[in-house]
Order: sequence, then structure tokens, then C-alpha cells
Amino acid sequence: MKMSEKLSRRRVLRGTMAGAAVSVALPFLDCFLNASGTARADGAPLPVRFGTWFYGLGMNPGRWAPAEAGPMKALGPELAPIEHLKDKFNIYSGTQVFLGGKPLQVHRTGNIAQLTGAVPVGQIANPHPSIDALVSDVIGKTTRFRSLEATCDGDARNCFSYRAGGAQQASEISPAKLYARIFGPEFVDPNGADFKPDPAVMAQKSVLSATKEQRDAIVRDIGVADRARLDEYFTSLRQLEHQIDLQLQKPPPLAACAIPQAVTDPMIGTEVEATLATNALMMRLIAYALACDQTRVFNLALTNATSRLRFAGDSTIYHGYSHEEAVDPVTGYQVKVSKFAMKCMEGLATAIETLANFKEGDGTLLDRSLMFVCTDTGHAALHSVVDIPIMTVGKAGGAMRTGLHIVGRGDPSTRVGLTAMQALKVPLNSWGFEANQTSKTVTEALV
Amino acid sequence: MGLWDMLNGNHGKRLLGAAFIGLAAVFLTPAIKAQTAVADTAQVVGGPVVMRRLTQHEYRNIIRDVFGPSIALTGRFEPDTRADELIAVGAGEATITASAFENYDRMAKGIAAQVLDDDHRDQYISCKPVDKRAADQKCARQFIESFGRFLFRRPLKENELAAYLKANADATALVHDFYAGLRVSLAGLLSAPQFLYRQEQTEPDNSGARRLTGYGMASRLSFLLWNSVPDNQLLNAAAKGELKDPQILTRQIDRMLASPRLEEGVRAFFEDMLAFDNFDSLDKDSELYPAFSRDVANDAREQTLRTIVDHLLSRNGDYRDLFTTGKTFLTPRLGTIYGVAVETPNGLVNEWTPYNIPAGRPQAGILTQASFLMLYSHPGRSSPTLRGKALREKILCQRVPDPPANVNFSLLEARGNEYRTARQRLDAHTSNPACAGCHKIMDPIGLALENFDTISGYRAAENGAPINASGRLDGINYTDAAGLGAAVHDNPQAPTCFVRRLYAYAVGRQATQGEGKWLDGELREQFSSDGYRVRGLLRRIALSPQFYRVTAEAR
Repeated sequence: MKMSEKLSRRRVLRGTMAGAAVSVALPFLDCFLNASGTARADGAPLPVRFGTWFYGLGMNPGRWAPAEAGPMKALGPELAPIEHLKDKFNIYSGTQVFLGGKPLQVHRTGNIAQLTGAVPVGQIANPHPSIDALVSDVIGKTTRFRSLEATCDGDARNCFSYRAGGAQQASEISPAKLYARIFGPEFVDPNGADFKPDPAVMAQKSVLSATKEQRDAIVRDIGVADRARLDEYFTSLRQLEHQIDLQLQKPPPLAACAIPQAVTDPMIGTEVEATLATNALMMRLIAYALACDQTRVFNLALTNATSRLRFAGDSTIYHGYSHEEAVDPVTGYQVKVSKFAMKCMEGLATAIETLANFKEGDGTLLDRSLMFVCTDTGHAALHSVVDIPIMTVGKAGGAMRTGLHIVGRGDPSTRVGLTAMQALKVPLNSWGFEANQTSKTVTEALV
Repeated sequence: MGLWDMLNGNHGKRLLGAAFIGLAAVFLTPAIKAQTAVADTAQVVGGPVVMRRLTQHEYRNIIRDVFGPSIALTGRFEPDTRADELIAVGAGEATITASAFENYDRMAKGIAAQVLDDDHRDQYISCKPVDKRAADQKCARQFIESFGRFLFRRPLKENELAAYLKANADATALVHDFYAGLRVSLAGLLSAPQFLYRQEQTEPDNSGARRLTGYGMASRLSFLLWNSVPDNQLLNAAAKGELKDPQILTRQIDRMLASPRLEEGVRAFFEDMLAFDNFDSLDKDSELYPAFSRDVANDAREQTLRTIVDHLLSRNGDYRDLFTTGKTFLTPRLGTIYGVAVETPNGLVNEWTPYNIPAGRPQAGILTQASFLMLYSHPGRSSPTLRGKALREKILCQRVPDPPANVNFSLLEARGNEYRTARQRLDAHTSNPACAGCHKIMDPIGLALENFDTISGYRAAENGAPINASGRLDGINYTDAAGLGAAVHDNPQAPTCFVRRLYAYAVGRQATQGEGKWLDGELREQFSSDGYRVRGLLRRIALSPQFYRVTAEAR
């Protein structure tokens, strides 16, 4: 259990005000926070975070959005698993991705256009950075990891995070490996008593410098496309140098940070309960990484877009049902598909609750986070990129309102992305490309 | 086993089935023997050089070949990127993001720690430092130079060497340990862009265009034929400029083709062509298919690779016969999946033994092997569509278009729950005009494989309804899976596709227009007149001036 769960802020402040000597169990509490609980002891404000949470195959039309715009009263039946959390997020319906004459790449165009502002052409290269990358340029430069990527169904390719120039990130599939990456030997505990820089770590800097020195000679003879890829390489190298620098400094203490118990991998795969269990573990590790300021940006994908989720013993996967299940004559919708959609929402509920229950300062991690929830299709049976469900979760440190249903009326879905980025102070007043370009934010959602 | 043994081909690895000695004489038909490398001419086509990120496979092979098989790789690889059906082509677009670099760095440190630990380092360093607690530039130089040459596929340039030596001195001064300092240097080489990216150097040729340098040629050859870095002999030949001499180039290529390491190259190509990297995320429903396991999946992958290597290399067989051959290899546990008893000398479940499919079974060739059937299926059921699509795209190079947007599936949905067989379900697709166009080119060939479920177990019926496996591929009718194999065998597009794929794999990009004419025309003809021998085709590509010629034509 982490320290902040055991100790309320009130106790922390009481101890501080009394000026009592701190006990062994509370070694740093007097220097954790400022008096109002909104900033770190060193005066830096508690950081704002951004994440994406992705699931495949959208929702059934008419079964998710609330009936009315404005403050949400009742959600559609497929959102039942997150009904109790409805004051913590907004729902955006009625937006769309404009193809602008480009071919639809099924299970790809919708999510990539929402996240990068551009309809992808071709199989891999996508020249525009995704929202998380643009946000990390603003809020993620000082942390150890620019961002963390994970997925829950065992396929490392489930990741829709792109750096400028088309570099696509990959996802961690194993919670145990994600744990080792964050809290392994390179982790410097901000609340640790001892700090001694490791000379071997310092030594590595010298050889990275040697590689950097050769940059000009290496790029001299190569073409433009390859040069952009080498630039990405050197950006990554500088990020590692930055990590090394952080390992050589004593970090400021962080009240909410604690090292979670090591995890062992559950059964990783596409069976729905296994995938949800992995989602819970991944999200928990991400929350700890945020609290320990190892990163401020994350991308978690429950599945890929062509979702392979399945119920044990059932021969058809979610994607198969989305195309083959008959519309039930009584209820008027695809019953099995609806069950899968609700399972995905159970995963989302876990993700929201993990951040909402994680105490930090005078609030929770969720208060200072913005999580962009997206999927690839509106009505999956049709591969539709119209009315794709979008949500933003959290208040982004007070920049966003929550609890609202916002109806788009055919607007480009990039409006939501632009709104999220403005809430996180990304200096953009217009975003998206060609038919998906917009300079209109969703003003109702912004404070 | 030391570096030099490793690099001179003494792997202790043996080809399946047949001993390798003397094979060179058997597989080189007179027609191929007559061909030797020719000098550049102005008519020779070419294409641009593509900077390729090392694939996982290449990385593993390089570490094994340079440092020996006892060095374990710790850490995780970034997934390879696939483009135009090949990882080899995707590698030309793959980037190294921050998290990827972190992984490469971790892997590099793990390798360096093992190479320079107390037990191993004397195998790799012939000199001794004057003082173990201080830098020794002479000894460090020897180490960095010799390993840098293999890892970068060329000697380090003076400025590179100077930078690494300075870094080594700085690092050693911090850690007060010669070997720890060297560890940092080796990790640095292993995370350098010159190692992680294959950058083939070019130079002007004598016709005013450009061609690969000797080291560029050596690297392109060794990755094609061995899926790894050039060995000492090849680097020496490059250093002396000998690869520009047609006779010497021919000798080197024949040496490489006769080496047991060719098996690595052929395996790597087919793993890429058949997308066996997808085995990493393969998942089957354990309630429906309790016989499936990770071990079975690994055996399935290995079965096909053994079949390919045995047929194409040990037997020097016709490429097209891969789709009809009944000769394969099984382990007892793989036999369980196929429903056949496999006896092995030691009776172990994971023991390989040659196996001939009995006549009369509807099974022949690699399309009816568990690897293909499992990979192109869903976790809980087979997929004629995925299987058909894979055959079209991977074996015949025919791209199946994406499904159209906003298709109305109501026809299909209306009776969706009534269908008992895949054929009934898919017939609904083909009765919908929006779907029919594409499903008609995928489903009929996939339906021929419907006698095999998602883990390739045989079945005569699905949900009580008999399976009809008949169909037609590009004008040839068949009644079962073996017939489909025969139809692929006789499809002229299959070898044309193979030539295109192999060349794209070799150069890391799609062929340029000029190259395409040569591939579909002259080279395709030669492949045919050589009896569709893959070793012969590799030799023709390796000897062709096209392979080394560089033009600025856009990718």
C-alpha cells in the first residue's frame, strides 16, 4: 500500500504544524507539500498529466450517448459500467472524421485521424505527430520517460502514438516488464533516504556523447527521409541522456509517490477477463509512475482496433461478431456486440477509478489529469467513421469541465483533440489537416 | 568458441536431412555455373539505397555470430514494422523512438556485461591492460577496432575511433576499471546508429551513376544470404577492393552459398514472407482447443521452416513443389494436433523426425501445415477469408483491397445466426455486391482449407454440416486442400511473385520500374529455366550488377 493511502493530508499537515519530529514512518512529510497542498515542496506546482485510453470497435448506435446535451443525467445502456463515474468525464457525440476523398482504411482511419488530425494514407507512415506527442512536448520534457505505452491483449503493435515524421511507438505487453522499466534498478526514489550517484551511470554519458559527435558525419550522405529517421534516433539518444541526468540528481520528494509491489504477469491474451486483468495492472503501474513523476504522459490500449477480444469457449471474436451477428429482432441491436462493448467500458471504469482513487496533494491524480478515450469506429458493423464515441476524463488541473454531454452535429472530431491540447497549454489555435482542420474548440468543455 | 571460429562458419550447425559437403556441385546446374558477375553497363537498372533498421532476427544473428551462442539477449525488441508485405521493406521506414532506444540500450549493456565478465573476456580480448584499474588506449583500441569492424560492417573511420577511444578513457577514469570502461564502450558501439541501421555506402561508378562500395556490397550480400554481418573473409575482400572483380565476387558468392549459414538466410526470408513474426501474438481459445500450447505453436513454425530448408536446400527442390510436397518433419506433440502417431527414436514429445504424409490425405504442401492454418485463423475458429487473403497477398503478390466504407451488412446479419458452415456464412458476403468483389477473390481459396480448424485439426463437418472444400483458383478447379496446393504450384504468378518478393527483401524496398521489368522478364525466365531452384535464384541476384547499382529514383 502506498504511503498516501495510509496517511491523510490532514495528518501530514497536523504533524507539520505541530512541528513535531517526524517519525520513522513519516520521514519526509514535512517537506512534501506547500501549505495548501497544491504544489511540491520545492515550489513547483503538482504537474498536469495526459493519457489516452483506446479500445476497439466503438459502440452500437443509440446505445451510448445520453439523450440530451448538457449535464449528464442518464447514460446509454452500453456505458452502464461507467455510469457511477459520470461526473468525472465528458462525452462527445455527433462528430465525424472526414475522409476528404482518401480511401477508408478500416479500423485504422478513424482512430488515427482523431489522434493525429490527419487521414492516413499508406500502410505505415503517418507524417503527423499524435496528440500525446504534442502534449509531451509541453508537459513531458522534464520527466524520465517522455511517455509510457502499454497494451492489454499481448500485441505490442497496439499503439497509436506517433512522433513527428511518422515514428510509431510500441506498447509494453507485460506488466512485469513495465514494472521493471519504471521501478527497476534505474529508478531513483524521490523519497529515498540515501542518494549516491553511480559512477557507471556517469561513464555511460561519455560514450553517448561520442555517438552524438558523429552525427554530422553520419547524416552527410543520406537522403531526406532517412535523415528524418536519424534525427529521431538522436532525439531518442538525448532522451536517454536526460534519463541519465535524472539518475545522477537527487529528485525532489513527492508525497504521493511510493514504490508499488512488484507484479508478476497474469495470463496475457485476448480472453476478455484476462485482458481486463492486464488493463487493471497496467493502469495501476501507470498511476504510480505518474505519482512518482516518472512520466506525465501515457498511452494505454485495451486491444487493437480489430479487437480480438473473446469470451472463453466462444469460437467468434468481438470483431467477428461485429460483422456477422444478426440484429436481434426483439431488441433491435447486436446483443453479443453490446456485451463486448460493455466489457470494454468495465476496463475504462477501472482506468478512471485507478486515477480517481489515487490521492495526491489535496485531491487525486485524476484532478490533474486529462485522459482522452477513443476508439476506431462509430458503428463497427459498417466500419463507420461517423459518430465515433469520444470522451475526455478528468479536469486537467482545473482547465476542463466534466459531467457534460456535448453534441457535435457533424463537426470534425479534431475539435475534441484541439480542446484537449488547449486545456494542456499546447500552443495551437488550429489543428487537423485538410477536411479535418479546425480552429474551433469545444468551449463548453473548457473552464 | 571464439570470434574467429564463429565468423569462419564453424557453427556446428548442420543442415537438415543431408550432409552439406559436396552439395555445391549438385545444386549448381551448368546453366548457372556459366554465369559470372558482369561489369556495370549504362543499361543496368538499379534503385535507391534504403537505410534499414536491423530486424530482430538480424540483431540476434549478429550477436550470436560475433560473440558466440553463449551470450544471452536480455530485454525486449521493438516490434518489426511490415510494409509491402515484408519486414525487410518496413525496416526501411522503421524509426528508433525513445522507448526503442531505451530497449536497445538495455540490450547493449546486457551483452557488454556478458562479453566482458571474468569468465568470457579472455575469449574476446587478446591483449592485457598495463594496469587493470586504468585506461589502456592500445588494448582498448585493439578491442574497439576489431569488434567495431564487424558490428559496423566496415572498419571504424579515424574520427569514430578517436571519439570512442576518448569516451573510453573518460569512462575508465570514472569507474577505475579497464574492463568496466570497455564494457561502456562496447555498449556504445551496440547502440550506435552505424550498428542499428544498415547504411550501405555508395560511390560513383564508371558510367556516371553510383554503385555500392565494396563494404556496401559485402553487407548487402551477407544479410541476404546469411541474415547477418559479413565474415572476416568477405570484409577482407571488400577492403582490398576485390568484390569489384567479377571472378572474385563469383568465388565469394559461391563460398557463401555453400556455407551452412545459408540456412539462416533462407529461414529468415521465409519467416518474413510468411509473416511468422505473428506467432508472437498468436492466441487460441484454450477451452475450445485445449491441445494448443505455446510449444505446439513453436513446433508448427519450425515444421514449416524445416520443410522449406530440407526441400529447397538439402534436396535442391523446385520452389513450386513447396505447395505439393508430402515430405515434412513432425514432433510427437505436433502429431497430436494433426491426429497422427509420430514415433521418434527417443520417444520424446519434442523430438523431430522426418514424416511423409500418407497418400490419400487431403493434405500436401506448406499451405496445409499448421503454421499457415493457425496464423491465418481466429482464436476460436478458422477463417477462409484470412487464409485466402494471405495466399493472395503473400504467395501470389495480389493485393486485396480494403473493405469499402459504410457497407450495409443487413443481408448478412438478417440470417447470421442460421449459418452452420463457413461457406454458408461467406456465401452471404458474396451475395452482397459491395462485399462480393473482394470476398470472391479470397474466400473460395480459403474454403479449400476448411477441413482444417483453427489449430489445423482435421474435420469433415462443421456444426453437423459436411464441409465442401472444392473451388477454383485463377481458372484451375480442385476438390480439396491438396488440389489447392497443386493449383498454386501450377499458377505462373507464384514464381513471378517469389522473384519480386525475394528481390524486395534483398534491397529493402519495392523494385523500381526498371528493376521490375528485369525481374518479371529476364530473371523470371532464368528462374524457370533453372527449374525454380531458390539457391540458383539467390545466386543470380547476388551476381547481377542491378543488385549493386544505385539510382536516385524515388522509392
